Amino acid sequence: MRKLFRFHGGIHPEQHKEQSSQLSIALAPVPDVLVLSLTQHAGLAAEPVVRVGQRVLKGELLARPGGPVSAAVHAPTSGKIEAIEARAVPNAVARSDWCIVLRPDGADRWGERTPLQLTGANRASLLARLRDFGLVGLGGAAFPSHIKLSLKDDAKIRWLVVNAAECEPYITCDDRLMRERAPELVRGLRLIGELLQPEEIVVGIEDNKPEAAAAMRAAASADQFNIDIVPIPTLYPGGGEKQLIRTLTGIEVAAGHLPLEHGVACFNIATVHAIRRAVDLGEPLIARVLTVTGNVATPRNYEALIGTPMNQLVALAQEQTGTDGYIMGGPMMGFRVAAKDVPVVKATNCIIAIDGKHFRTPPPELPCIRCGTCSVACPADLQPFELYWHTKSHNSARARDYGLADCIECGACSYVCPSKIPLVGYFRRGKSEAAAADRAARAAAQAQERSNWHEQRLQRDAREAELASAALSTAASASSEAIGIKQASVQGALERARARRNEDPATGHKS
Amino acid sequence: MTSPYIAGSSSVSAIMFKLLLALVPGVAAFVWYFGPAILISIGIATVVALVCEALMLLLRRAPLKMFMTDWSAVVTAWLLALSLPPLVPWWLVAIGTAFAIIVAKHLYGGLGSNPFNPAMVGFAVLLIAFPLQSTRWPPPLMLSATRVSFDIMLAYIFPGLVEAPRFLVDAETMATPLDTLRTQLGLEQTIADFSYMPVFGRVGGVGFEMMALCYLLGGLFLLQQRIISWHMPVAFLGGLAALGGALWLLNPGHYASPLFHCAAGGTLLGAFFIVTDPVSGATTPRGKLIFAAGAGVLTYVIRVFGGYADGVAFAVLLMNMMVPLIDAHTQPAVFGRKSRT
Ligand code: SF4
Ligand code: SF4
Repeated sequence: MRKLFRFHGGIHPEQHKEQSSQLSIALAPVPDVLVLSLTQHAGLAAEPVVRVGQRVLKGELLARPGGPVSAAVHAPTSGKIEAIEARAVPNAVARSDWCIVLRPDGADRWGERTPLQLTGANRASLLARLRDFGLVGLGGAAFPSHIKLSLKDDAKIRWLVVNAAECEPYITCDDRLMRERAPELVRGLRLIGELLQPEEIVVGIEDNKPEAAAAMRAAASADQFNIDIVPIPTLYPGGGEKQLIRTLTGIEVAAGHLPLEHGVACFNIATVHAIRRAVDLGEPLIARVLTVTGNVATPRNYEALIGTPMNQLVALAQEQTGTDGYIMGGPMMGFRVAAKDVPVVKATNCIIAIDGKHFRTPPPELPCIRCGTCSVACPADLQPFELYWHTKSHNSARARDYGLADCIECGACSYVCPSKIPLVGYFRRGKSEAAAADRAARAAAQAQERSNWHEQRLQRDAREAELASAALSTAASASSEAIGIKQASVQGALERARARRNEDPATGHKS
Repeated sequence: MTSPYIAGSSSVSAIMFKLLLALVPGVAAFVWYFGPAILISIGIATVVALVCEALMLLLRRAPLKMFMTDWSAVVTAWLLALSLPPLVPWWLVAIGTAFAIIVAKHLYGGLGSNPFNPAMVGFAVLLIAFPLQSTRWPPPLMLSATRVSFDIMLAYIFPGLVEAPRFLVDAETMATPLDTLRTQLGLEQTIADFSYMPVFGRVGGVGFEMMALCYLLGGLFLLQQRIISWHMPVAFLGGLAALGGALWLLNPGHYASPLFHCAAGGTLLGAFFIVTDPVSGATTPRGKLIFAAGAGVLTYVIRVFGGYADGVAFAVLLMNMMVPLIDAHTQPAVFGRKSRT
């Protein structure tokens, strides 16, 4: 038995998983249009490499990574690029963003697929494959996977921690994936294991998914592969990356550091599935399994193409009347999407159709009574009510002192608060305010630097002018011919100085 | 509306309701030992508290229904009434309660914003302004020579309003165990000389010790319901018992046992219901320990060396003042910012 470690806090929200975990994963049909967001991952937007009107094959690159922290986007099926334009996409701020609109041709014809040969492959080749194949974390954060492994090539990886906790209520896609495709997942773990050579592979599964754990165990032993399938206590947010690493290894990932720096590589089980397809089959990330639940007649999991409009998936599960919107993600950390037809993105692990019955509007918030229940629940050991106080009063500096940046936005504090204060909402706002304040401070520092520079130039010009007039008076005693020459050059210096003084150094524009 | 879209079932009104529920055994013991007069005090305090609460909410233009249904004013009322002796005139209860709600609670910003425990502010004001009436306890029924009939009781509580019965007996007052201890020690007696006095009961005084036990029962319920954490009661009793115990060991003739101090007066009501008030108390785990231990030590100091027989109220108020300091210096380490393996 592996010794498990405890993280602070945590809550036990109602699970609501049985609704969608009963049926097997269904294959969602190719929709009539696919909308591929260029910002469906953490980091910079991807850059399109296709033109409008161009025909593409399934798996073909549509947009390449827009920078080191970015991810590629591929065609989920064959078809024609219909538009590259701003569309409503699922994000927490309900902002439209650039998308490639693909009209499927119905042939679903693959382009060339090249599996990665393991012989001679190393971590760098895996890294390149993850980057080129659009791999991002499928647990919800959509962090580019190759970044998670970007460390010096010789850095030792002690643990490969696989996140199969699936701690959010309602979501069951990882559960079903493990129950139905355990051999594929074990194969994926073997591939990653070959490439990373960790000392140990540990899969953490919350103990409310015994079937999934059993399936994984059976597949591992059939494959004679030595991995540790560990049931962990069902405790939200036990599947938070840092919480899971803590639970399984005892390591507390230091603030501002990557797990890798502690010798831990951590992947979501769904990401393992995608990595296995990328390595073994040469398929980029163009589809995923996701849960459709909430106010629908048959909640279940679907394997859907990235870019499928959400309402088409919800229709498959028979949306019920009264649905007034969708939540993408779980009820704890998800967000309401701006429109029902926003496309599925790589991070879409769950769509919950909401209605007044399932998700009541919260009661009005009462003042904080400092009961401390929120601190007891906080997995980041924060004092949420202190953060609340400072974020509410827009005091970014104090909020930072109380660890605002360390908040993982799990929502446990809001969940338990007897005064029904939407604490994490305040924290999200506080974080964006702090970011804005930082940007403003940086801009101010730059402006200061520029104005210092401007000052220096003015002083230099003044000195130059002084020297020039001194030269002028000395020159008065010299020969007239010499005077003529000297005067011309001095005059020039003076004019240059005068001209510079009227010039705005920041823009180069004359003022 | 942002996530989370689901919420737990706890609410302020549920917490307050459970607090009231947890007080019921204590109230029952109070009635058993000191007669039903306390129920009238509680009633008066409750009505006054609700009226003042409504008035202040209207003045502050705060949503009336939302705040009236949080029960917090009622909790304050009950705690104040239970700190006072029974048979006190109605106006005493009313003044204390009104002060607690109007000044200590609403003038400081209402629910959640008061730096001082409102019930204890109300009680302290009465202790200072009406020291006699607010500390004069009748004897427990079983030690009393006369029976206080219902109309006599009313005549006491509503002086002038209810016509006094023809043979109004001056209801006896009797020194509480804490008072007795203080007076007798003042007479250069050793504890052994007077501990036989019936008022001392088994450990903390007739009546008081049973009430203490009932408050303990209520407190355990609160612990089980996770409305309070163990830190406060344990540290409060620990602080009191540590200082009390040390002095008692040094000179048992002059200092009463820590057990007596824990069972006497308002100690257990304080430990589970007053020190634990979240709004005015420290909030961090270590801060709670310091806050409550400090209150325990101060309670003892005031009782034994100060001018008042019981010291819970002043001790708590003094520690309330320290809360910002305590909290600021006891912030727990944040995840990922400590070495813990
Ligand atoms: S749980 Fe709510 S009421 Fe209690 S301290 Fe936290 S924010 Fe305040
Ligand atoms: S949302 Fe932030 S403050 Fe609230 S419990 Fe989670 S980590 Fe703690």
